[in-house]
Amino acid sequence: MKILVCISNVPDTTTKIKFVNNNTTFDATGVQWIINPWDELALTRAIELKEAHAGAITEITVVNVGLPTTEPTIRKALAIGADKAIRVNADPKDAYTVALQLSEIIKKDSYDIILCGIESSDYNGTSVGGMLSELVDYPSVSAVSFIDIEGDQLKLKREIDGGQEIIGISTPFIGIVQKGIAKDARIPNMRGIMMAKTKPLQVVEPVSADLYTDFVSFDYPKSKAACKKVDPENVKELVNLLHNEAKVI
Amino acid sequence: MSILVFAENWDGKFKKQTFELISYAHALSKSMNTTVSAISIGKVDSEELNKLGTYGASKVLNVTDCRLYNLDNKAYTMAIAQAAAKENSKVIVFAQNNTGKAISPRVSIRLKAGLASGVIGLPTSFEPFTIVKKTYTAKALANVVIKTDVKIITLSQNAFGIVENPTTANIENFAPEIADTDIKSTVIEVNKVTGKILLTDAEIVVSGGRGMKGPENWGGIEELAQILGAATACSRPVSDEGWRTHEEHTGQTGKIIAPNLYFAFGISGAIQHLGGISSSKCIVAVNKDPDAPIFEAADYGIVGDALKVIPELIAAIKELKAN
Repeated sequence: MKILVCISNVPDTTTKIKFVNNNTTFDATGVQWIINPWDELALTRAIELKEAHAGAITEITVVNVGLPTTEPTIRKALAIGADKAIRVNADPKDAYTVALQLSEIIKKDSYDIILCGIESSDYNGTSVGGMLSELVDYPSVSAVSFIDIEGDQLKLKREIDGGQEIIGISTPFIGIVQKGIAKDARIPNMRGIMMAKTKPLQVVEPVSADLYTDFVSFDYPKSKAACKKVDPENVKELVNLLHNEAKVI
Repeated sequence: MSILVFAENWDGKFKKQTFELISYAHALSKSMNTTVSAISIGKVDSEELNKLGTYGASKVLNVTDCRLYNLDNKAYTMAIAQAAAKENSKVIVFAQNNTGKAISPRVSIRLKAGLASGVIGLPTSFEPFTIVKKTYTAKALANVVIKTDVKIITLSQNAFGIVENPTTANIENFAPEIADTDIKSTVIEVNKVTGKILLTDAEIVVSGGRGMKGPENWGGIEELAQILGAATACSRPVSDEGWRTHEEHTGQTGKIIAPNLYFAFGISGAIQHLGGISSSKCIVAVNKDPDAPIFEAADYGIVGDALKVIPELIAAIKELKAN
């Protein structure tokens, strides 16, 4: 079986977000870029599966839709343990265009398990995995917090409100994964970093696509009023404020 | 022409979020001079279906195909896309929850409709159709233009509120064309926690972090939640340590919630945590560190030991409720 993990290149989660050009463009000055946290967990689980089912999983490929600036992030995925990488040479403008480029990759080569994070921490689109599934007409399961191989089937855990479902599904399929799928992302070691330099990173040109959506400008959320501090010796005052002022209890 | 809402139920009862979606769609329908239709999938009785009229749905397509009792992303997509075609829907509204995230992108492709997910209000313009959504985990807001004829929106929880717009809902049975071969996933087992308030539906959430010192100290959090009718939650280190299950983890990579009131006990307020809770209407923080970033997000705060404050808070709330 072959696994494809779709990864997105996002600003580090602690980045202070700023925009330029009249708030139309993200200011990338000094920004540290990382693998989208959910995608990184997906990759971690893919590597765990390959280790646990030696022979059954033969190859893990990561794919990213991005300009050459995303290559350090892709190399990190290779250093963690992916076997090969593909970069679709396009600026990821919206979820549809990203999903469309990814669907072309899947049509060119066959993959049994395709994993995507449930959302990306930049546009918070929660869309690419689902769109990709429909474009290639594969079954998809969302909010997957566990995945394993049982014979010729996959066994999944799907998070639902207040619980989980255990799901059986055959390949090929697209798993849209969330927290829980792997405990901690792996940190590349020196050997992994050295090997990543020699692993194949294929660059393919994008197909043309119309945008379905256009992110025209950005704003900042309204800043909050200063926190009203209550004396720790007077907890009753807090209850009074919540009841009479905020009217939330 | 219509606006179509996916009316999701939980054990046969519509979710609170469903009523919010109908209220939202009703407001949208007034601006677009159209009506609201809803599609309900699963076992929901007629009294419950009629409730959708209370919030402004004039038509309900009721799908009772037992093959759809469990969520299958493709089959649900087919059902909703067929309903949208039947109703000539120009806008389709989903909740920004796990189900909405699972189906709305597939419907988007099937109908060649642009999708804006996690929107926080009504469109700010109709020509072009422009709507505001959260980005960078609520650190910024984006003005998004949906360029396609049909538009799909997923609405963030508590972004609009529930508004009654009483009308009579015409309930119509609807049997979408779905072949057995379209259903690829099999639900083997369902494990639901019963008797607990759902974190994503809760009006009040009581949450604890590393400052709670250990899982043995969670009794106070649970008691406070119980007397307030609240759900319990935790920060990432707490779920990573296994003190609480990861279903309770609120934050950027956990659950993103927007209750009316959020209590953060012993949570320092890492930026990733704030990303998951900053849409709460009122945030109360209790932390020993006066410089903890949680106080920048909080409306009310106590600089003190959560373990000491919680019992006093429980006593004060009991007193309030008794009077």
